[in-house]
Amino acid sequence: MAIWIEEDAKVLVQGITGKQGMFHADKMVEYGTNIVGGCTPGKGGQTVELQGSNYPVWNSMTEAITETDADATVIYVPPPFAGEAIMEAADAFDTVKGEGVIVCITEGIPTLDMVKAVAYVYNRPGVRLIGPNCPGIITPGETGGAKIGIMPGHIHAKGRIGIVSKSGTLTYEAVAQTMSIGEGQSTCIGIGGDPVNGTGFIECLAAFEADEQTEAIVMIGEIGGTAEEEAAAWAAENMTKPIVGFVAGATAPPGKRMGHAGAIISGGKGTAEEKFAAFEAAGIACAKDPSELGSVLLESLKKAGLR
Amino acid sequence: MNIHEYQGKELLRANGVPVLDGVHCKTVEEALDAYDLLNSKVVAVKSQIHAGGRGKGTLYNPNTRDHVMDGGVKIAFSRDEVKSYSENILGNILVTIQTGDEGKLVSNLYIESGCDIEHEFYLALLVDRENKAVMIMASTEGGMNIEDVAHETPELIHKITIDPNSGLMGFQNRDLGIALGLSGKALKSFMKMLASMYHMFVSNDCTMVEINPLVKTKSDEIVALDAKVSFDENAEFRHKNWDTLRDLSEEEDVEVRAKESGLSYVKLDGNIGCLVNGAGLAMATMDVIKLYGGEPANFLDVGGGANEEQVKTAFSIILEDPNVKGILVNIFGGIMRCDIIARGVIAATEALSLEVPLVVRLAGTNVDEGKAILAKSTLNIHPADDLAEGAQKIVALIGGGGQ
Repeated sequence: MAIWIEEDAKVLVQGITGKQGMFHADKMVEYGTNIVGGCTPGKGGQTVELQGSNYPVWNSMTEAITETDADATVIYVPPPFAGEAIMEAADAFDTVKGEGVIVCITEGIPTLDMVKAVAYVYNRPGVRLIGPNCPGIITPGETGGAKIGIMPGHIHAKGRIGIVSKSGTLTYEAVAQTMSIGEGQSTCIGIGGDPVNGTGFIECLAAFEADEQTEAIVMIGEIGGTAEEEAAAWAAENMTKPIVGFVAGATAPPGKRMGHAGAIISGGKGTAEEKFAAFEAAGIACAKDPSELGSVLLESLKKAGLR
Repeated sequence: MNIHEYQGKELLRANGVPVLDGVHCKTVEEALDAYDLLNSKVVAVKSQIHAGGRGKGTLYNPNTRDHVMDGGVKIAFSRDEVKSYSENILGNILVTIQTGDEGKLVSNLYIESGCDIEHEFYLALLVDRENKAVMIMASTEGGMNIEDVAHETPELIHKITIDPNSGLMGFQNRDLGIALGLSGKALKSFMKMLASMYHMFVSNDCTMVEINPLVKTKSDEIVALDAKVSFDENAEFRHKNWDTLRDLSEEEDVEVRAKESGLSYVKLDGNIGCLVNGAGLAMATMDVIKLYGGEPANFLDVGGGANEEQVKTAFSIILEDPNVKGILVNIFGGIMRCDIIARGVIAATEALSLEVPLVVRLAGTNVDEGKAILAKSTLNIHPADDLAEGAQKIVALIGGGGQ
């Protein structure tokens, strides 16, 4: 098992005929992801060549899901149309099969479009949204696996550590740290750095807690908002598996947006200091330096009798 | 993206939210004309900068740093007072609790009519990250620092969350007005105002509209006396008029240029320049530099797909800062290949004849090729295997931390 995405999950690509969509669809097929086609309105009936094979393109998500019985979709649609693409996918999954996972990679979606899209997804309880502005989700397999997003597949290996993070490259850093102590990953999820997104930390933690394959979790936060504090408080009550944490942005000046739209300390709220304190109060083992995530994880595994 | 109060009020006025008559001025003469035009017994002379705390701020001479006047917002009772206040404000530096010690040069004034205030409220519309919805927040305690109110008397702050599918509903609007103690004509006036403001917030892709104070006049009218409006930059593509509202003098020139090159840059006060891919990793890099006794000079995210040219631009932007004594490059290659970054680093250091020490940490896609390219170079580039080693090396190379 893993969470939400099985190794052989059937995946669609929204925006598959675009430059980004095609590039990453090719990389996903190369990794071993079970891509079953894509959707670009107006280009239905065409095919796209990925790694030497042809993949079908549909005009609508309803059609694409009906034809392929896809489990998930990944969105590489430009920002002005991405909110709509999320809602189209949510409606199609809900109508055709009552469930599905939507992974939105797009960076720069207007916040109020996301407010609308998140509410739309929320009203379709079988549908899960991951992102936007995130690297995606990956469930590594013995060979290949399901890579749904833009992360470098080759740094991962199947294992028992679950990873959840707001940041892209910092997630890769965390993956490399688990590998440095000889541990692989069950599922790695980038929840994205936007102020309004889909799946949050708590849902990821709950799923990891329930997942048999996952035995420990690495959680990476960053400044802005209070999602880390809420997740820590929730974890203290509900988690039995060890968690290792890091928060980026201790040196960020207040009021400045640090790359991610959500990474801003406003009115003294959302500081790294507060988040680290909340982690520690919840019994989460903290690394003050991401290069130490491996050694802190190793210690936590030993303490839990897992090494 | 922030706009000035006078621009925010034009937007409010255009959307049917009551504001007082006022005129935007850039010179003392214009301010005097505005006074004549407004024909009000009393007017407010208001400094226009993108920072709060103007009323309690202090004006200084930009050259001598001599004290000029206390208060960046003044109430004038005569033409002479308008003249002297305008002279004291325009062309001078206003320092407030939000500007930092360097303050901001004031080149814009807003001259606004007075009104008979009976009570001051606080009102804000913003995107609430936790509820993933627009939230409206109001308090009877207007004209004060809302963070203090939230801390000391949280029961005096009333909040409503808006379902994006239904919008602001009449009962929510009415309940909020009643919670603020309004009734009769004033309640009606409040509800009309808030419905207009919510519509403005959504149709203009605002991230925040803060009115402090919102006042009830002696004739039971509800009027926005201040206006702090921010827009969501992600939505710029559907608001062509924002270009005309943007005041580039309020933004850091180098940050604007970085953005044009697809880089995300924020200048800081330290002396170690950072060049990183990814916002989270860029923040973590700064944190680790600090952890090992150094001070980061900047935040710089080159993004997921930077090319050789962008790496070069990034280096030149970092080197514009005279405080930079060394540079740490930290790249975790995903889509971005380490060999391309290595070539970019070499090209940039040669083109810019880099003199400060450079530590490069590469990981991820094609890391071995990248490291080999750097090792073959005759340039003075120090490799590092992980972030901690990179930070320790650069701190040591510049002779320890500190300023």
